[in-house]
Amino acid sequence: MPVTPRYNDFVVKFANVNGSGSASANGLFAKGVMRMGVPVAARNIFPSNIQGLPTWYEVRITEEGHLGRRGGVDLMVAMNPQTWDKDVAEIESGGFLFYDSTKPMPASAFREDISVIGVPLTAMCNAAYQVPRERQLFKNIIYVGALCALLGMEPEVFETLFAEQFKGRQRLIDANLAALQMGVDYVREHLEPLPLQVRRADRVGDRIYVEGNEAAALGAVYGGATVCAWYPITPSTSLAEAFTKYCQQLRTDPETGKARYAIVQAEDEIASIGMVVGAGWNGARAFTCTSGPGISLMTEFVGLSYFAEIPAVIFDVQRGGPSTGMPTRTQQADLLAAAYSSHGDTKHPLLFPADPGECFTMGALAFDLADRLQTTVFVMLDLDIGMNEWLVEPFQWDEKRQLDRGKVMTYEDLESGRDFGRYLDVDGDGIPYRTYPGAHPTRGAYFTRGTSRNPYARYSEEGAVYVDNMQRLLRKFETAKSLIPAPILKKAKGKAKDGVIYFGSSSAAMDEALAALAAQGLQLDGLRVRGFPFADAVYDFIAAHERVFVVEQNRDAQLKTLIVTEGGVDPARLTSVLHYDGTPITARFIAGEIAMLTATGQVEAAE
Amino acid sequence: MTYILKPQLHHPKLPTNSLGYTRRDYEGSVSTLCAGCGHDSISAAIIQAVYELEILPHRIAKLSGIGCSSKTPDYFLGASHGFNTVHGRMPSVLTGANLANRELIYLGVSGDGDSASIGFGQFAHAIRRGVNMTYIVENNGVYGLTKGQFSATSDKGSKSKRGVVNHDSAIDLVSIALQLGATFVARSFSGDKAQLVPLIKAALSHKGAAFIDTISPCVQFNNHAGSTKSYDFVREHNEAVNRLDVIVGREAIDVDYAPGETIEVAQHDASILRLHKLADSYDPTDRVGAIAYLQSAQARGEIVTGLLYVDPEAEDLHDGLGTVETPLNALSDSELVPGVEALARINAVLR
Repeated sequence: MPVTPRYNDFVVKFANVNGSGSASANGLFAKGVMRMGVPVAARNIFPSNIQGLPTWYEVRITEEGHLGRRGGVDLMVAMNPQTWDKDVAEIESGGFLFYDSTKPMPASAFREDISVIGVPLTAMCNAAYQVPRERQLFKNIIYVGALCALLGMEPEVFETLFAEQFKGRQRLIDANLAALQMGVDYVREHLEPLPLQVRRADRVGDRIYVEGNEAAALGAVYGGATVCAWYPITPSTSLAEAFTKYCQQLRTDPETGKARYAIVQAEDEIASIGMVVGAGWNGARAFTCTSGPGISLMTEFVGLSYFAEIPAVIFDVQRGGPSTGMPTRTQQADLLAAAYSSHGDTKHPLLFPADPGECFTMGALAFDLADRLQTTVFVMLDLDIGMNEWLVEPFQWDEKRQLDRGKVMTYEDLESGRDFGRYLDVDGDGIPYRTYPGAHPTRGAYFTRGTSRNPYARYSEEGAVYVDNMQRLLRKFETAKSLIPAPILKKAKGKAKDGVIYFGSSSAAMDEALAALAAQGLQLDGLRVRGFPFADAVYDFIAAHERVFVVEQNRDAQLKTLIVTEGGVDPARLTSVLHYDGTPITARFIAGEIAMLTATGQVEAAE
Repeated sequence: MTYILKPQLHHPKLPTNSLGYTRRDYEGSVSTLCAGCGHDSISAAIIQAVYELEILPHRIAKLSGIGCSSKTPDYFLGASHGFNTVHGRMPSVLTGANLANRELIYLGVSGDGDSASIGFGQFAHAIRRGVNMTYIVENNGVYGLTKGQFSATSDKGSKSKRGVVNHDSAIDLVSIALQLGATFVARSFSGDKAQLVPLIKAALSHKGAAFIDTISPCVQFNNHAGSTKSYDFVREHNEAVNRLDVIVGREAIDVDYAPGETIEVAQHDASILRLHKLADSYDPTDRVGAIAYLQSAQARGEIVTGLLYVDPEAEDLHDGLGTVETPLNALSDSELVPGVEALARINAVLR
């Protein structure tokens, strides 16, 4: 039956076995779409395993440029028998199933409301290749070729990509092209193009395609970080690896070939943050990158950094918790653990990047903030941003920008006789001056400690002295409000009496959900929170709207808790929309929840 | 109380070193430890060593963990920056500090609880990384600040003040440090200043991980009969393998020692370690031999002291990482921030 094709707006999901070489083929497919000028939003859904377990790759082809997950699958590339039933069940009604038809499948394995496209991939491979590894790897390329033909893509984009990937290794280029062509030819001879079509467009522009971890690492380079101490943990490992790569590239002394950086793989997360605190104490910009379990281990040092006022930066690439939780799935569930990390009364600035572009800018900014505020600054990525490539605007840097080292008294300052009290609030903003060790032969030295002390850094257990210091730390936190990136208001087209607050990796799906809700006649103003402590604008936004939804990817409404606790908001004023199954939140989920909560009046009931 | 500063006044005729500093210029606040504590003797030895080495006090960074020993950096080198970190984690903080500025001299002071129990892992890893530091453990075999619990260096069978016998095996930090690749390993006794001061001087001059286990009796909780870390026990069972002089480049020292075999070891910084051998068979440049010697002495119930091992050609963590000579904390913005053109090239690769 002839159907009008759907152009540039559908979801392809690849179901594979981990370790089968599918990741690079699937990535190739996504890049091929982008080279045709059509934006993609691609996400890896992978197991905590190296070989053998199921893994998925979801590519959303979206001329409109929706970079969040939509939800649902239009074309399933089912390459994993283990997950066949679940994969088939996930296809939208009227959707398509692509499978390896080498072995005949019983009719009961399919669904009546979907179309099935079989390509005998294994048979083709076995005929063409002798080496088992080649059979496996080229099978992936053959299905990319088949998809290319089925979806009306230009094979030339893949030729270019092979040429870039294998740079001059002609044998590899030819072998991949041959495999691709095998898939293309099979479809042209035996099948019809699908009514899902990729059509050349010009919607990608000069955007770049990059993972958040890589972007954050590059941000750390531009932010002047010189010391990185880390311990491997999914999903943060690639951040340290990318920092290493970029430092080798950008921070090698051109004359001596020596390193203008020091990267240590520590024995654990405690040592990692210990080294960061030591380097920060000594005037170098230092960071570690980790995930939830690492945050738990680091808490004692975070408290020391807070109380002794030592700059540190922690990139927390959040994964599913608690405990080992879901190590390869995404969540925004470390907010409270980070914001109030450590025993005693503590609070720490957090940054919430929404995509890799902000991972770069906030990755650099975090070091200025840490030096300015003399405390630990957390950059709260998550697995979805950190380990998936996102299409974002090119990185930008202002050539005139200088690193803000904060309040440091130099040799000259000390020599001039300026009074130095390490914990003295000279400027009324709660931020004291510090000295680097070794600054001056007779002035400026002090004993840094996690115990209570007076403004001149001398040990004191006097109640009044302690309280003064704790109050100053609160003033400092108040100062932080003006330094954290301000929330971004997204006004509805019409007058909206309801609002929604969101942050981080939910933002792309949220933007799309807002548009979908508006189309249904539900107007909402959006406020994207970009950091903690919250600006007054967050509380003004809540006051200005009748109903306020808070969208987050955790079970316990952690952002809501922070907003309520820090601003004295009546909890009933805020309605949570929570998604925490470990997959990235979708536009459909958010729009559906908000529409349902509004329609059923559950929101009013809460008020 | 540790906030009591010592009066600055001193006798006008106090001798000075070539920098014009008196020994008093290397002191810190008044100690709050118990009278007679071995740790105070170690602080005095550190002051003496730095005075004699003629190091400007602000060029030293002193770091510690938590416990009686870790309080002591407040009591020496008052013009040095100090950092009293968290329990058992001084090694990582010192490592980070060292990475940030390779030009300062790093002195880590710790205790047996701090380094052999809670911080055993960090102790091990800082040593095996070859962090350029002097790491002193003030080893009294007991938790003093929490009033007398056994520590991980308490000998099996030793008796606590309350009469409890320790069942667990002791960790010998010296043997461990040798196995981990420390390039300077010594043991001394807080009551033996003549031995301890030169050892500290030699360790401060050493490039690489220098470890000194200093037995330091706890007068309150571990100085009774039955303790193997008491003054009496250590004096009776101390077997010194050598006596050491440290000769720094410019000075010519006439050594007044009883004749015996002497070997000289030149360190990276041109200091000469002149070792007067007391035990004939002992070679302080033989790591394997040192371990064997220690084990056999231990089996006899003897505590070996002196410079047990030194590798004068040692490399440190910075050598391994290939870092620039300029301290990382002194690099300029232009050396750190790659700039707009580099970013444009990166953007191009990511399309």
